[in-house]
Amino acid sequence: MKLIVNGVEYPITSPPLTPLLHVLREELEITGPKAGCQQGGCGTCSVLVDGEPRRSCLTAVAAVDGAEITTIEGLGQAEDLSAVQHAFNEHYAAQCGFCTPGMVIAATALIERKGGPVEREDVIEALGGHYCRCTGYVKIIDAVIAASHAGSLA
Amino acid sequence: MTADVLVPTSAAEAAALFGSGEAITVFAGGTILLPEIAAGRLSLDRTLMLHRSGLDQLTDHGDRVVIGAMVPVAALVDSDEPVLAAYAKHVADGEVRRTATVGGNICAPPGREAQRGDLGAPLIALGARVRSTGAGGERVEPIEDFLASDRSGRLVLEIEYDRFPRRSGTSGRRRRHAHSYAIGAVAACSREDGSDLRVGVSGVGPTAVRARSVEQSRDPAAVLADVTPLDDAVATAKYRSTVLPILVREALDRLENA
Repeated sequence: MKLIVNGVEYPITSPPLTPLLHVLREELEITGPKAGCQQGGCGTCSVLVDGEPRRSCLTAVAAVDGAEITTIEGLGQAEDLSAVQHAFNEHYAAQCGFCTPGMVIAATALIERKGGPVEREDVIEALGGHYCRCTGYVKIIDAVIAASHAGSLA
Repeated sequence: MTADVLVPTSAAEAAALFGSGEAITVFAGGTILLPEIAAGRLSLDRTLMLHRSGLDQLTDHGDRVVIGAMVPVAALVDSDEPVLAAYAKHVADGEVRRTATVGGNICAPPGREAQRGDLGAPLIALGARVRSTGAGGERVEPIEDFLASDRSGRLVLEIEYDRFPRRSGTSGRRRRHAHSYAIGAVAACSREDGSDLRVGVSGVGPTAVRARSVEQSRDPAAVLADVTPLDDAVATAKYRSTVLPILVREALDRLENA
């Protein structure tokens, strides 16, 4: 098996029924996607699989053999944040930060799909399965709406 | 994890590998199985993964719609059948729906905390049929019969329903966020003149059930003759028994006014 993660191709040796999350974190040491509930309920492990957000904890690696995976590490760098990351920073949308990787991935996918400004209801629908146990939802939603007005996601 | 993982590349190969369904576990989307495996609560020997089997086609034949077992639940959110779309968009959230499959949904055993298999009710209301294989070969049966049978020995290939102008209505209660289950949900469909009423109920017991007593009498309270509500973490049987006739009445009213 192989995966293309953030543009880099990796051979994969984990067993086929290993969750993509564990392959990323343990075999490839890409630890942006967090291991939260590990049963699909919290959303912090979400990554883009061929451009679409999916829970990496619910995805067997064999089922995405050959796919392009984008994690939070693939969206921007500390000195060159993506529009969503920048908006999260500006709007204090990260508190403890544990949910942030999944929130940013889901928000990025939403804005790409809409191709422009998003409404509050769109954000609630797209992020509705993601939990923030600091309960910072208002700032998170504000950040996603602001990012959607930024023009470019890069 | 040293499971013997089989990855068929056609429906025929999947059926051959499944055989009579002895000592083999079908892995469709994996949203139920994978967390169990990863947590060490489930150890599989022979596993049939269907992601390359070609069973992921959603085909519109005009007067008939065929849903392959591996079609993701997400694909039904935009269905032109309102009952199917309404239920599909209430299955978890969009990210989980991209992985979860229709075949897996109708084969899901009850969970520890809540009932599963939300799509059973709208598929019953649409008069859907299930084509499956296993011991004795292929067979096609009404979905309510499939749900009532021992599903563990069957490999679902596809689900189909006839398309004709329908009235429909749905009702459900207390689904508070993306990952909670309704305490029960009702789907009802009829022909435009109100004939051929079909009513499906999901979320109150181990599988969805067809409410034939309601279809015959049109009396919402008759649902309790067809359905035996269970206790679980979401609601008590007593509460469900009180609310279910109300849900049926709402669904029938919405169908009437559709």
